Amino acid sequence: MSWQIGTVIWINGPVVRVRGSRQVSMLELVEVGDEHLVGEVIGLEGDIITIQVYEETSGMRPGAPVYGTGMPLSVELGPGLLRSIFDGIQRPLPVMEMHTGSFIGRGVHLTPLYRKDRWSFTPQVKAGDTITGGAILGTVPETQALTHRVMAPPEIEGTLTWVAPAGEYTIDEPIARLRTKNGEQELTMLQRWPVRRPRPYRSRLAPAEPLVTGQRVLDTFFPLAKGGAAAIPGGFGAGKTVTQHQIAKWSDAQVVIYIGCGERGNEMTEVLQEFPELVDPRSGRPLMERTVLIANTSNMPVAAREASIYTGITIAEYYRDMGYHVALMADSTSRWAEALREISGRLEEMPAEEGYPAYLAARLAEFYERAGYVETLNGQLGSVSVIGAVSPPGGDFSEPVTQHTKRFIRCFWALDKALASARHFPSVNWLESYSEYVDDVAGWWREQVGRDWQTMRAQAMEILTEESRLQRIVKLVGPDALPDEQRLILETARLLREGFLQQSALDEVDTYSPLQKQIRMLELILHFHQRAQRIIKRGALIVVIHDLPVVTDMMRMKTLVANDQLEKLDDIRKAIDEQMDQLETEYR
Amino acid sequence: MKELLGGQEVIGVARIEGPIVVVQGAGSVGYDEVVEVFDSRGRLRRGRVLEVGEDIAVVEVFAGTTGLSIDDTRVRFLGEPLRIPVTEEMLGRVFDGLGEPIDGGPEPLADHYADINGQPINPTARVYPRDYIQTGISAIDGMNTLVMGQKLPLFSGSGLPHDQLAAQIVRQATLGAPAGEAPSQTAQFAIVFAAMGVKHDVAAYFRDSFAESGALTRVAMFLNLADDPPVERLVTPRAALTLAEYLAFERQMHVLVILTDMTNYCEALRQISNIRGEVPSRKGYPGYLYSDLASMYERTGRIKTSEGSITQLPILTMPNDDITHPVPDLTGYITEGQIVLSRDLTHQDIYPPIAVLPSLSRLMKDGIGEGRTRADHSHLSAQLYAAYAHVQDVRSLASVIGEEELSTVDQQYLQFGRAFEREFIHQGPTENRSIEETLTIGWRLLSMLPQEELTRVSPAELQQYYGKRDATH
Ligand SMILES: Nc1ncnc2c1ncn2[C@@H]1O[C@H](COP(=O)(O)OP(=O)(O)OP(=O)(O)O)[C@@H](O)[C@H]1O
Ligand SMILES: [Mg+2]
Repeated sequence: MSWQIGTVIWINGPVVRVRGSRQVSMLELVEVGDEHLVGEVIGLEGDIITIQVYEETSGMRPGAPVYGTGMPLSVELGPGLLRSIFDGIQRPLPVMEMHTGSFIGRGVHLTPLYRKDRWSFTPQVKAGDTITGGAILGTVPETQALTHRVMAPPEIEGTLTWVAPAGEYTIDEPIARLRTKNGEQELTMLQRWPVRRPRPYRSRLAPAEPLVTGQRVLDTFFPLAKGGAAAIPGGFGAGKTVTQHQIAKWSDAQVVIYIGCGERGNEMTEVLQEFPELVDPRSGRPLMERTVLIANTSNMPVAAREASIYTGITIAEYYRDMGYHVALMADSTSRWAEALREISGRLEEMPAEEGYPAYLAARLAEFYERAGYVETLNGQLGSVSVIGAVSPPGGDFSEPVTQHTKRFIRCFWALDKALASARHFPSVNWLESYSEYVDDVAGWWREQVGRDWQTMRAQAMEILTEESRLQRIVKLVGPDALPDEQRLILETARLLREGFLQQSALDEVDTYSPLQKQIRMLELILHFHQRAQRIIKRGALIVVIHDLPVVTDMMRMKTLVANDQLEKLDDIRKAIDEQMDQLETEYR
Repeated sequence: MKELLGGQEVIGVARIEGPIVVVQGAGSVGYDEVVEVFDSRGRLRRGRVLEVGEDIAVVEVFAGTTGLSIDDTRVRFLGEPLRIPVTEEMLGRVFDGLGEPIDGGPEPLADHYADINGQPINPTARVYPRDYIQTGISAIDGMNTLVMGQKLPLFSGSGLPHDQLAAQIVRQATLGAPAGEAPSQTAQFAIVFAAMGVKHDVAAYFRDSFAESGALTRVAMFLNLADDPPVERLVTPRAALTLAEYLAFERQMHVLVILTDMTNYCEALRQISNIRGEVPSRKGYPGYLYSDLASMYERTGRIKTSEGSITQLPILTMPNDDITHPVPDLTGYITEGQIVLSRDLTHQDIYPPIAVLPSLSRLMKDGIGEGRTRADHSHLSAQLYAAYAHVQDVRSLASVIGEEELSTVDQQYLQFGRAFEREFIHQGPTENRSIEETLTIGWRLLSMLPQEELTRVSPAELQQYYGKRDATH
């Protein structure tokens, strides 16, 4: 439903000014021109309406009509989201392809969710039940990996007068009727929610569980908690996208929302071709069955790029509200910030730092605040973890987007150009990165993994920190000037760096490292270090330690020990002990 | 104001500033539409609408505004975006920066006219590129493999041999085959060459080089040279890519696109932006430089409905050799890797002077390996990278404590480093190495290091290749 609200008077790229009605509201969705291009009201002044248009405006003329819809920009929520790929304003790209071919056309209006699919609905409520917003009405096996919990919209309450029997329904067929204060209302499996408004929950809980990613440097050294927020800043080619893909593939989230925001088309295609083939180690089902992709690539309209982040996080909150753990990746938040900057520039707003609008920090805060571990309206526990890539110009972290982001996240995975050039991946710099979730998740490690992770982590960090201090000395005077005890630190640090921290996403085995393997590998390296320390104290030379055959075993254990054959790590431990025992007999 | 040929015409303009004219009194003008601007003697130049209001249009004039006057300038709005004719006959021809023939030949008989801005490729319509291109250059094929459908820029500096390297790639490029098999000769690349603000001799160098290798009939050249109007440069790469898209996606051809020099393009964009008083981001470049570059670089790849492909090799010179300058920086954020040329290596007479550590091919991982190049390729290149990265550390240590003080292993690394530069990276400008030769040299060099150092390759690979005498040497 739409009606004319005015006519275009000025066009500059995605920003259009309209003279017309004073009844239009801020953030209202509008349609511009004869092609009905989708846009959103971003400014009102007297009878002048400023609109950002989500599609290319080439060829548009002053005088073109503009139509209002009375609704804010919203997403459709319901079964059928998983396995989909949408653009920034939730248009389904495969359907778009059927309409406009290999290239994205303009003015194509498509419903985000396919209307004709029939979903097998099993009710969990019955007529006569009183329900409130968010109540679970029934379930639908959305994919074999995930059961969709059909919920009442958040802001209603009343008594059910009718509930559909178990059976197959489309998303716009009624599945229940509700008597509310304002009369009777039909409920379907489809609901809408305005993207810029966080979905409500009952209460926020402190994060206490790690989001297990299978990436050693993240899980062991800089863990992200479920419901937490992390940033991955790094220059081009440092490994942001690969890291995000790795988390999308291997993390223990139940639902993954991947937003390609102003990045490469081929990277989305890669996910589209790879995820249906890859099997989720937990569900045994193709990864695509738990994934929603949002692709607004760098060459697609910038205003829709700005919206893509909100589209993604609203879908994430929807699955959270069912009681699931959702991980959302946004690659890259810098491109989103640049979209803000571009729109702001065309509005001739007063810029703050580096041309970014003054409200950049506020927008970033709003976005990251939508991460969280919550008790949902229906009393379940669910979470949204947010992982935002940041692409600082020149790889320099002092720029505004990185700096502001740092204020709103608690986990900082700093990627390092020098490590990436040396092909040390993931290029997470262990001295610059941090996680404020370490204490939060330590209890979980103790209970679930049964190891004193925090102590071991601290020991390893100490060795790495000491190494970097020693390396500065080595650069000046060479390693021979150091006593052998300190050279052992260098040796163990090398083991940690190459044998533990380095983890190739391309290696068949090592692409994913279970927590048990991580902690046992770490334990071995520390055990080696302690035994070597004793022997060095007794006068053994560092070369003797360096040349022990077990050193090569430890360097290779990440790839040579398969994830389901962890007992092989015991053999390595035995080898360490045998070789050290042997040395001890030599140095009494 | 009068209607003319479906367009409308206005006599006299309100303001002229640099290459921009502001026109008042035009009725309904479309954003981004083409205009024809006539000076007092009726000579034509073309332009494009950058911004429109109810009674006002801001127009950039590609050829600049020299000689235009406020009262006598006539502006005709054509009511459609800038289009160029596209047809296979354009191969073998030379055009100016706006796509007009300048080789004395006739206007190409167009198949149809295409909007130079193109449209974004739907990510679901793409085919992920996996077929590698053998360039015969070890530093590329072995370490930064180029894949058909990839955008891989050359980051260079003034005076470095980027033109020679690009020409060598064009001459030698063939669709790759597994090591030991002959590369297929069937896939011949069509070449679309766009020059933005480069000197005459650069364009002549490329033309001669294409002619020598007999490729000229497969090349379309779009030339905006150093003394051509800078604003025209904003059109040149788009015109070239429009033809490339036609050839690749409608005529099923494999197309190599060379764009040089993208830094000149960016400067022209900056100039327009500054004149319009836009808020700059870094170094005066507009905040939308990223999106603007992406709108061209993303016109690369493969799609499901065609056998063809577009591979882009943009060339850009880094001002002051600074890779963090906005032009290389934003380019690196969009392209699928980069080949970085080094002044240091050039001084040591190493050709091609490819600095392998900062170079990267992101599509390499899926373009190599068993059935594509060889099973050990991925590990071999990772090991070469790791070893060569260590060489850099050893070199800086040696400069402090002296080579003699280095440990035996580190001395071996130094030797490895020298050999890697002289034997692997270095090769002749006409030397065309097979993928097998490249891999063999790699293993020969790795064999200069003790086996225990080589933890990136598997024990089985060591067994098979370490210390084996070359078959090819
Ligand atoms: N964990 C990893 N294992 C193996 N290789 C990796 C890993 N991470 C990154 N790489 C290598 O680094 C390259 C660049 O990584 P990636 O594309 O993730 O960079 P990026 O930081 O996203 O860059 P940009 O900002 O330009 O998008 C990859 O193509 C791959 O070759
Ligand atoms: Mg990336």
